[in-house]
Amino acid sequence: MSSDNNLIEKEYKYGFYTDIETEEFPRGLNEEIIKLISAKKDEPTWMLEYRLKAYRHWLTMKEPSWAKLDYPKIDFQSIFYYAAPKKKESLTSLEEVDPDLLETFERLGIPLGEQKRISGVAVDAVFDSVSVATTHKEELEKVGVIFCSISDAIKEHPELVKKYLGSVVPHTDNYYAALNAAVFSDGSFVYIPKGVTCPLDLSTYFRINAKETGQFERTLIIADEGSYVNYLEGCTAPERPEHQLHAAVVELVTFDDAEIKYSTVQNWYAGNKKGEGGVYNFVTKRGHCLGKNSKISWTQVEAGSAITWKYPSCVLIGENSQGAFYSVALTNNRMQADTGTKMIHVGKNTKSTIISKGISTDESVNNYRGLVKIMPSAKNSRNYSQCDSMLVGERCGANTFPYIDVKNETATLEHEASTSKISEDQLFYLQSRGLDMEKCVSMIVNGFCHQVFKELPLEFSVEAVKLIEMKLENSIG
Amino acid sequence: MIKIENLHASVNDSEILNGINLEIKRGEVHAIMGPNGSGKSTLSKVIAGHPSYEVTEGSVTYEINGKAKDLLEFEPDQRAKEGIFLSFQYPIEVPGVSNIDFLRESYNTICGHHGTSSVDEEQFRDFLKPKIEMLGMDPSFLNRPLNQGFSGGEKKKNEILQMAVLNPRLALLDETDSGLDIDALQTVANGVNKLRSKFNSIVLITHYQRLLDYIEPDYVHVLHKGKIIKSGGPELALELENKGYDWLIN
Repeated sequence: MSSDNNLIEKEYKYGFYTDIETEEFPRGLNEEIIKLISAKKDEPTWMLEYRLKAYRHWLTMKEPSWAKLDYPKIDFQSIFYYAAPKKKESLTSLEEVDPDLLETFERLGIPLGEQKRISGVAVDAVFDSVSVATTHKEELEKVGVIFCSISDAIKEHPELVKKYLGSVVPHTDNYYAALNAAVFSDGSFVYIPKGVTCPLDLSTYFRINAKETGQFERTLIIADEGSYVNYLEGCTAPERPEHQLHAAVVELVTFDDAEIKYSTVQNWYAGNKKGEGGVYNFVTKRGHCLGKNSKISWTQVEAGSAITWKYPSCVLIGENSQGAFYSVALTNNRMQADTGTKMIHVGKNTKSTIISKGISTDESVNNYRGLVKIMPSAKNSRNYSQCDSMLVGERCGANTFPYIDVKNETATLEHEASTSKISEDQLFYLQSRGLDMEKCVSMIVNGFCHQVFKELPLEFSVEAVKLIEMKLENSIG
Repeated sequence: MIKIENLHASVNDSEILNGINLEIKRGEVHAIMGPNGSGKSTLSKVIAGHPSYEVTEGSVTYEINGKAKDLLEFEPDQRAKEGIFLSFQYPIEVPGVSNIDFLRESYNTICGHHGTSSVDEEQFRDFLKPKIEMLGMDPSFLNRPLNQGFSGGEKKKNEILQMAVLNPRLALLDETDSGLDIDALQTVANGVNKLRSKFNSIVLITHYQRLLDYIEPDYVHVLHKGKIIKSGGPELALELENKGYDWLIN
């Protein structure tokens, strides 16, 4: 029967390594390294000052330990903070991108070349510490949409970056956010002008390649009044016996009547059966719904990483603004996930929705941690939370930590939670209709995740279903 | 088609089937009757391959491509692929899985096993249309999650719809009549009769004669304490209706 069988380790198909000449800075972190990163990127002084301020603050902070995660202390001095594929000079077009890099992204299913691009989606490809290419730029420029690497944005749109970088997640926010502010190397920048519905879906693909290198990406998306954008993010890394650190910060800002839909399929290498290797994923993602009737939704499928520490959140400031969090977190082997969201209601009539689905197998631990906070000003605000956990096998665990803090009595909150197991009768029922055990499990699990998958853009949702199936393959014999 | 010899089966070490002998030929309809706890449902589950039941003695041979095979060697999904279908007494709910997606997956899997190509959703809807009409079902039913929130009658109709789609060689209908009102019973029975042919066999498991008024069996067997204690023609069911089971048991 299902409950006693553990998931057989499945080959991680993105586990390959690209042998490419890399430029790295010395291991470890100090002000010199930060100055080097900033100089390498030819940054203006204000940016360097921001980094140093963040670094100095980080030095005063302690690594947080409140999450229900168990891992050895990270030695921040043993990590490389900058690694980039070597290139001759600055690129002016895709034709100049190293063919090895183009091939890498093609293997990852992200063709960047003019001929093969995915239609309807513009892609920014980030390899280790740098953005290697951004597609469809011209097409987007026609409608005034800015989509480029954050490094380019710092140089080309300093007024926007200066104004909004750190406005949602300040450098003092938390330990990893401070670290990121000090050493972030690349990421994406998006600006959607007033009244524009972005004609393409925007997507960033993050790839960690170099050994013992931290990836610290920084993403900033600004949706001006009445604009709309659908943004997708994908992540993979090679299989390595040692852990890799990934500490990202994503900031979203929406003005009146604007909407950002942010979707992630996170499939970083998760380590092997014994818990060796895998990415430590410490991510701060937050959006400010500044304007009236503005909306931000986070949809995530978290299927990778040895450790996930991630709480995509919304601060609902504008009247009638809405925040949503749809999450599927699947853990197997010895993965540990502590993920959830924060919904902070500030404005009147603000609404938030939380749908979280956790699936644990093998010896993994899957925690939901969420906060719904209703500020005194948030009259008539509403929250609906649903947190469901599914256990596959006997040795895994699931926990739910919902925090609720209500400071205005006119608010309405609903919370539902459930924990279930795949039942023998469910499996037998589906099997007796000709479906093999693997298909039955994946059908039950996909059904369990349906509420979240339906929020993903179509191609992503197909990808997510495949990813979950792949992870669960051979699960039950 | 299927030959059951001296079948003993138990669940959690308690023996439920206690030496069943039964042969069903192609085109025959057999009714299995008996009081509560006599082992009727267990028999159908053992034939379909439910993992909770352990076969301790005896054999079940099933004809595949003209050859008698040991059915007990087969996984439940393989049995389904070879044409065995169990209509559940209590169909199971599977949240988030749409009825039509499930049905099509099942249909394509079984067709694929026999080398027939898959159908897309549009073709499948066309294929389903007359079957849904035959069972008097609302087409919106197809888009709902599998059995979730279905009424008792809807669940039973959905089982018969699956039977109509999968066209099994051996259908085991476990108390398909329970929970149905008289109109629904007629519709369902009518559906089963349409699926009845000289190529396939049906086993009706029921407490009551009522169902047999609509689907006339060729043979009736009475099960008691895991054994067939009497077999006969359709008249046996009528006799049971009048006299109950006591005269057979005592």
